[in-house]
Amino acid sequence: MSDTRYTEDHEYIKVEGNTGTVGISDYAQNQLGDVVFVDVPEVGAKFAKGDEVAVVESVKAASEIYAPVSGTVTAVNEKLADEPGLVNSSPDGDGWFFKIEIDDAGELDGLMNEDAYKAHADA
Amino acid sequence: MLNNQGRPTNVDNVNSNVGTSTGAALLPSEPLLFEVGDKNKSGVDLPQTDTDFSSRLGGFARQTPINLPGLTEPQSMRHYVRMSRLNYSIDAGFYPLGSCTMKHNPRLNEKMARLPGIADIHPLQPQSTVQGAIELMEELGRWLMELTGTGAVSMTPKAGAHGEMCGMMAIKAAHEAKGQSHRKIVLVPESAHGTNPATAAFLGYKVKPIPAREDGTVDVQAVKDALDENVAGIMLTNPNTCGLFEPDVIEIADAVHEAGAYFYCDGANFNAIMGVVRPGDLGIDAMHINLHKTFSTPHGGGGPGAGPVVLSDALAPYAPLPYVKRVGDAVALIENPKEGEEHLGRLSAFHGQMGMYVRALTFKLSHGADGIEQAARDAVLNANYLKAKLSDVYNVPYDGQPCMHEVLFDDKSLKGTGVSTLDLAKAMIDEGYHPMTMYFPLVVHGAMLIEPTESESLHTLDQFIGTMRELMADAKAGNIDRFVNAPMKAPMRRLDETAAARSPHLRWDEPEDDAATEAAE
Amino acid sequence: MRYLPHSNRDRKVMMDAIGIQSSDELFAKVPSKVFNTAKLDLPNHQPEYAVEATIRGFANKNRVAGDGPFFVGAGAYRHHVPASVDHLIQRSEFLTAYTPYQPEISQGTLQMLFEFQTQVANLTGMEVANASMYDGSTATVEAVLMARRLKRRPGIVMSGGIHPQYRDTVATYMGDDEGFKCLPADPTASEDIIAQIDDTTAAVVVQSPDFYGNLRDLRPIAEAAHEKGALLVAVFTEVISLGAIESPGAQGADIVVGEGQSIGNPLTFGGPYVGLMATRPNLVRQMPGRVCGETVDAEGNRGFVLTLSTREQHIRRDKATSNICTNSGLCALAFSIHMSLLGQKGLSQMAALSHQQAYKTADALTAIDGVELVNEHYFNEFTVRLPKAAAPVVEALANKGVLGGVPVSRLEPGKPELENLLVVAATELTSDADIAAFAAALKEVI
Repeated sequence: MSDTRYTEDHEYIKVEGNTGTVGISDYAQNQLGDVVFVDVPEVGAKFAKGDEVAVVESVKAASEIYAPVSGTVTAVNEKLADEPGLVNSSPDGDGWFFKIEIDDAGELDGLMNEDAYKAHADA
Repeated sequence: MLNNQGRPTNVDNVNSNVGTSTGAALLPSEPLLFEVGDKNKSGVDLPQTDTDFSSRLGGFARQTPINLPGLTEPQSMRHYVRMSRLNYSIDAGFYPLGSCTMKHNPRLNEKMARLPGIADIHPLQPQSTVQGAIELMEELGRWLMELTGTGAVSMTPKAGAHGEMCGMMAIKAAHEAKGQSHRKIVLVPESAHGTNPATAAFLGYKVKPIPAREDGTVDVQAVKDALDENVAGIMLTNPNTCGLFEPDVIEIADAVHEAGAYFYCDGANFNAIMGVVRPGDLGIDAMHINLHKTFSTPHGGGGPGAGPVVLSDALAPYAPLPYVKRVGDAVALIENPKEGEEHLGRLSAFHGQMGMYVRALTFKLSHGADGIEQAARDAVLNANYLKAKLSDVYNVPYDGQPCMHEVLFDDKSLKGTGVSTLDLAKAMIDEGYHPMTMYFPLVVHGAMLIEPTESESLHTLDQFIGTMRELMADAKAGNIDRFVNAPMKAPMRRLDETAAARSPHLRWDEPEDDAATEAAE
Repeated sequence: MRYLPHSNRDRKVMMDAIGIQSSDELFAKVPSKVFNTAKLDLPNHQPEYAVEATIRGFANKNRVAGDGPFFVGAGAYRHHVPASVDHLIQRSEFLTAYTPYQPEISQGTLQMLFEFQTQVANLTGMEVANASMYDGSTATVEAVLMARRLKRRPGIVMSGGIHPQYRDTVATYMGDDEGFKCLPADPTASEDIIAQIDDTTAAVVVQSPDFYGNLRDLRPIAEAAHEKGALLVAVFTEVISLGAIESPGAQGADIVVGEGQSIGNPLTFGGPYVGLMATRPNLVRQMPGRVCGETVDAEGNRGFVLTLSTREQHIRRDKATSNICTNSGLCALAFSIHMSLLGQKGLSQMAALSHQQAYKTADALTAIDGVELVNEHYFNEFTVRLPKAAAPVVEALANKGVLGGVPVSRLEPGKPELENLLVVAATELTSDADIAAFAAALKEVI
């Protein structure tokens, strides 16, 4: 059973057990345009909530990706190196950025659920 | 085998690099020099080495091939002339690129830069043999100080961004000398050029953005609120990137100085006020001047530039090396610090961009004080004329005041047409114009920043106005094909920038079969 | 005024359209106490011939390098540039175009940059190059900063053979950073730089041929650097050397930077020049400066665009890889045209001639009593130790019409051990008669 939460900066975290899969929302990929490069973190790196973890670049823009929760990176999406377009075609599927082992599940409570995020993105 | 017409008998046997089409006569399609050149040819005749030549390079001699073809002079001439035809240029047409000041480049400037006494002198000749060059730097510096109302100038920076680095380093050094190293914040308005925050961040400063007021100018109260004992300085462009004169600039300068901070002015837009307003009178402490914008040294497809920095008396002691000093009848370049002297150090090898100095000084002497003032007034007049003639069809986000030498529109008037600022810009290409600056400044949506400069005649401006009105009318009429498919009359259609960035292909690679053949030979 | 198209009548028409009486009204937002108040101490406009006379007055006070025996190098070199190079770079379409941000109408500049990048990559033995930088010294700064970003380590170890003004430039950018370490001036290439490399080192910076003319073997330094996880930044100031000596790429360099002036660009008292930078494909996203890449247009035709621009200041702002905005486009064009004329054949020949004239100069000078050659191996530049201070000797030579090299003390003041050293350069333009004149004059003044 997975639960997806969103940040105000348009990252999502899909939680399964103690692990979250992080990427950017469909709304964000749309705003960014064709993604050409994703700079993902190293496996094993530790981040605090709000730290800059990754960078996603389109032709004319670059956006920092912030850690939605504190934790340790357990996997990164190697496919993005050759196919950054996956972020556009499948932001919540094959276009994920990295997986993080969550330090404190309580931090998830501060994030938005799908309905709240939808309202935030539309605003 | 050739037949009796001298043509290849079998086209399929022709080297695949040599296609059949060379494009249209005036819109050529030119192969890469690696595809037309030959590694055994050279367009330069050099004598043989002596018969008893024997290299003393020992084990350092090159073992790996250089792998670069040569062209004879006729081939080279044609290669580059054909390529040049694919470029738009200020000599060929109106180039209303906001914030870039694409003015006419007088050819006298070029002629002067090629005098042997300028082009053929070495930076490390004894100074006694280059007194004229040092005097020329002194004279250009004098013009810059006079026009800006300042007491010191550093000539060395090689471009605007380098000048910014110079000015901000001087500010940092001044704070350090006063024991004020704790000042770690630099205020930068949101509308600033990207180089401003990049420079401040490089020097370890935290950038604090200052919001604009509704009228597009800096909020003086926001500056005052942000100023405290941790602020090192402010980086302000005036006239600003929205094309507006900052009306409270003196109040801002006073507040900045009162807080113990310095005022860095980005001089990119000096063209609007040269000979009319002296930035020194506004209270600036440092300002770079883009000689390649304001003083007509050619842009050259992206440089070289030159970015001398004028300095207030407070910052003068922190100027970088080298600097010009007059000693009686002689002039000297001070290249090394004197004992105990405060200075910034060096920002590059040698003494700066002499080739650009001579062009800029030639421009100034040609114009004189009267011509410089008239040029600024004409540049501002031209921008306001475009604004007056276009503002009923293009939305002016900050109206109700004159603009300076550039006029800013946003994309509000295009709303609902399906045409974006980018589409409109590309359609301008088909009408014979270089597009304006787009999507900058970032503070308005779909920005179109138009800078006509003083070089454009009334006739050119009227033609341009006619085209821009016609384009907007067509966009509103729903004829969007000419926009979304534009350009159609340029040497190339729209290029796939996404593909270029996703798998960067940054060099020509020898086709594998050619390389294999060569290796076998 | 020959450059301003408007007549007063035109101006009146325009002011009427705007609804103003005087252009003063357009400056309404300028505080009146600073508007047009200053009386400038500057002359009014002048005809072309008057301006030309003034500029010629400055130029005529300079001793032209080509007017007599000339042996000055130390980072800028006098080589022959074919006449067609200067003709081509003055074509309106190259000279008066802006940075190629609109690729559909800038393919001339873009294709040239793509060719330039390939030329620089091949010459240096690297895979990729950028579209040029201000000059060799600022390119060296950028290489050092790039290495630090890549390695996320503070340490920079710089050889004592590097051009002192390049070193000083890097030092300015490093400020009081403790990670930056430069070894003492090393005229004889005897330093042990490998011993300085440790786990905190981001890059080792070595110049070859170095400031004193020494050729340095980069291979062992590259190996040692890589063993500690550091990069080798290789620097050169004389790009013609790459026509004769092994490329830094083949010796294991990770970033190569240098001055490209010798190809295509006149001396012009030190600028504008053209900085070269090349690197490995996996490091490209941290490489500063503009880059041009190949792509296709909407009809599938090959074309070129500026790419990877998200690294640059106009997008990343305070997170950019560098604050650089302008590069050295027209100097890069001159480089590329001259290089295309030379080809590898011409470059090798030019390099061989420069080397030959240099060793003939060295032989002639060291035949004088008390003049010793400092270097073991050199390309077209070498250092001699004179029996007395070099700076006054150079002045005395100039009085005899010979521009006889650069005294090391001009760039390294206050170091007595370097005071007698003279750096001497030769090129294909150095004649045997020049060499004889130099030797004769030197013999007289020492």
